[in-house]
Amino acid sequence: MPTISLQVNGKTVSGEVQGNTLLTDFLRQNLGLTGTHVGCDTSQCGACVIHVNGDSIKACTMLAAQADNASVTTIEGLSQGDDLHPVQAAFREAHGLQCGFCTPGMIMSAADLLSKNPNPSEAEIRSWLSGNLCRCTGYHNIVKAVQIAAGQMSGQRIAAE
Amino acid sequence: MTAQGIGAAVKRREDFRFIKGDGKYTDDINLPNQTYCYFLRSPVAHAAIRNIDISAAQSAPGVVAVFTGADVDASGAGGVPCGWLVTSRDGNPMKEPKHPILAVGKVRHVGDPVVAVIAETLEQARNASELVQMDLDELPAVVNMKSALQGGSSVHEEAADNLCFDWELGDQAATDAALAGAAHVTKLDLVNNRLIPNAMEPRVAIGQYAPGTEDYTLYTTSQNPHVIRLLMGAFVLSIPEHKLRVYAPDVGGGFGSKIYHYAEEALVTWASKHIRRPVKWTSDRSEAFMSDAHGRDHLSHVEMAFDADNRIIALKCETLANMGAYLSTFAPCIPTWLHGTLLAGQYVTPAIYTNVKAVFTNTVPVDAYRGAGRPEATYILERTISKAAQELGVDQAELRRKNFIQPNQFPYQTPVAVVYDTGDYEPALNKAMELADYAAFEQRRAEAKSRGKLRGIGVASYIEACGIAPSSLVGALGARAGLYEAATVRVNPTGSVSVLTGSHSHGQGHETTFAQVVADKLGIDIGNVDIVHGDTDKIPFGMGTYGSRSIAVGGSALVNALDKVIEKGKKIAAHLLEASADDIEFANGAYTVKGTDKSKAFGDIALTAYVPHQYPIETLEPGLEETAFYDPKNFTYPAGTYICEVEIDPQTGSTQIVSFSAADDFGNVINPMIVEGQVHGGVVQGVGQALMENAVYDDNGQLLTGSYMDYTMPRADDVPSFKVATLAGTPCTHNPLGVKGCGEAGAIGAPPAVINAIVDALKEYGIDHIDMPATPEKIWRAINAQPRMAAE
Repeated sequence: MPTISLQVNGKTVSGEVQGNTLLTDFLRQNLGLTGTHVGCDTSQCGACVIHVNGDSIKACTMLAAQADNASVTTIEGLSQGDDLHPVQAAFREAHGLQCGFCTPGMIMSAADLLSKNPNPSEAEIRSWLSGNLCRCTGYHNIVKAVQIAAGQMSGQRIAAE
Repeated sequence: MTAQGIGAAVKRREDFRFIKGDGKYTDDINLPNQTYCYFLRSPVAHAAIRNIDISAAQSAPGVVAVFTGADVDASGAGGVPCGWLVTSRDGNPMKEPKHPILAVGKVRHVGDPVVAVIAETLEQARNASELVQMDLDELPAVVNMKSALQGGSSVHEEAADNLCFDWELGDQAATDAALAGAAHVTKLDLVNNRLIPNAMEPRVAIGQYAPGTEDYTLYTTSQNPHVIRLLMGAFVLSIPEHKLRVYAPDVGGGFGSKIYHYAEEALVTWASKHIRRPVKWTSDRSEAFMSDAHGRDHLSHVEMAFDADNRIIALKCETLANMGAYLSTFAPCIPTWLHGTLLAGQYVTPAIYTNVKAVFTNTVPVDAYRGAGRPEATYILERTISKAAQELGVDQAELRRKNFIQPNQFPYQTPVAVVYDTGDYEPALNKAMELADYAAFEQRRAEAKSRGKLRGIGVASYIEACGIAPSSLVGALGARAGLYEAATVRVNPTGSVSVLTGSHSHGQGHETTFAQVVADKLGIDIGNVDIVHGDTDKIPFGMGTYGSRSIAVGGSALVNALDKVIEKGKKIAAHLLEASADDIEFANGAYTVKGTDKSKAFGDIALTAYVPHQYPIETLEPGLEETAFYDPKNFTYPAGTYICEVEIDPQTGSTQIVSFSAADDFGNVINPMIVEGQVHGGVVQGVGQALMENAVYDDNGQLLTGSYMDYTMPRADDVPSFKVATLAGTPCTHNPLGVKGCGEAGAIGAPPAVINAIVDALKEYGIDHIDMPATPEKIWRAINAQPRMAAE
């Protein structure tokens, strides 16, 4: 079995994996990072979205071996200590979650959107999030949360400049 | 209203763990020494089992055990029980064939579990399952409900004609007479399409047996752990309640599909004793499509009669309801007592008659899915009345208004058994029309026309019955359980409060709303309240969460328990303040002697109850913990009006929802933010049913929509943002909070609003109906069929 070594949430981790081990299984089973969820088996639901080298990807559609040497951020690593990431805070502020199962993937996907497009339109938000299924919220408050987070983050950037 | 109390839009307390990835769902639980179970399921819809050879699988690497239906049968285990007995109109009970945990003798639907393979890893279990030889003699599949009733192949020997029951409600003679003498009769054949619930978290079950104490634990994705304990313990595995713990931790959505006791739960529990190790099963999504109970699947013929003044004088409805291959927990009650009883809707209808035939087919069992019977009833009424408006040449909103039950008619006895306690329907209609800018619609239609697009507007005024329901009533109607709810309020010595509730939260936000009720009643900070749910070892009892019953029934139990706490506190306060208990008032977290400034804080009373040095110990027990069981006095009847506006591209048949407005009367509201969130989610599930979702079986009973690649659910870019108004409304008259329930309204009201809008947009083509789901293909074909028909 190949041994892989990667950065996960800022820490170097390594482990033996089978060639066919999915990255989701490595995160959930080997590392105990159960915030990354599995909601389907066809790469359709997006509950498993994480960041690999700064891009959001569906961890169910990547082999653990492919993540060798990569830098991975999961939902557990998004906040800085007790300080929530603005997208996390906005999801709570706007009631952008109900059962919470799709939420980690939805937040990771939205955070990537705002890193690439800091001021998206509603249509751009909806289009970007179309790879993430939510059965509870009807998306209304998720869109609102992303808009709030966008405003928050641009305010932070202006303050920093 | 305080910032944290009843009526405040308190941000959810449970969110912190979910947004940080710290939620604890059943699949996140791993027990020491656990094994993994893989279910080998029937690949065909209907077959006799000739032989199952498991020998190669038994000796495969890592395999711990392999079980078949014969093993389960030999142990004396019962079948998966049904919780509701419906009686046919001829007085005979419904046909209730056994539903084995693992198939015995026959397989009856694609996905029917046949063999359980248990191994050290899931991969080993899955690999070993491929070594099982299933020798099946295929039988003709029973798929279509109409042909199922015409004989031929039978799903069960006990029901040769595949008829489970033949039920009726209402006055047939009066209804037929009114129809015969009507000035106008609108007729419609309707399909209520089969849906697959698809909570985002797939089902999971972990069984654990402790040989030392002979205790069992089942960890499961359930909306009602006590009901699972009752059904599995008493009817399937003969495990007494005190030896069986059922624990449903964070649950990732349910929508009805996690009410029922499923075979997999029983098997892992049963097997854990046989192998003396924990057994874990996690459904993958493909498995969920063919093993979670499906929803809806009705075919109805409707006739609605009007007098010359356009008043509804009668409604007749004949329905075929698909039960699937076995009777799921609540299945028989859905098309009957949760459906026929809602056929009056918001209207004065002097005569109603409905007949429902429930049919066995070789498909996945069908049971409650968000709304459960009430969406089907609402679709029947609201599609038909909009079609009637088109035929009569009157406005669809005004035809509804004309027929509304008036505020002075409440309590209102419908001709279909139920009594609406309260309601006022015009304000919701008016509000929805205002939100939708209904008055200016024709300008928007003309503007769209100039761009080559077809605009339509659709109205739906729904009513639902929530908070199921008085135990004596449901008992008379066939329920095999009571439908009360229980709550314990445990005041801790330092004045913090733990609430143990039988309601279960799987997205509804009880940890916030129930805490708001406590904070409001006891005058304490919400941060000092903990809401505990989901664990039969912690919570005295409970019937769980479905039918929008949590706040109406569970919340009422909570209020009653709080009242008991407050009353006991008065006696303690009276002793400390040297006054009569009758003179003690409780408000804003303090007990005060009437007309004086002598007062004790709630926290002081709590401490005294547990440190009873200065205490009326001769007449009062120490401690401050109270339990209440609340049995509802009636259903609650939320109502509202939804208006949908669509734009259709006639070139492609694709529909865009350009506006959706909702005005709801939910009675009193605990947390308006959460209530609106429930409406958003329900509406999108309703939009999904109307536009895209459809479980499709081919003639052989193969499920063609078995994954997210084939079964289309709404995504973020399929829907707009909504205009939602929760009205001050009419508080429920028979529960202590005056609440009605809001969880299902969206899924009930949205489908007819969407379809009415589509039909309105297409009326220039002479199209008077489109079946759900109104896919682009269906609309395109309807548009393109019309000119050819005209030419012929």
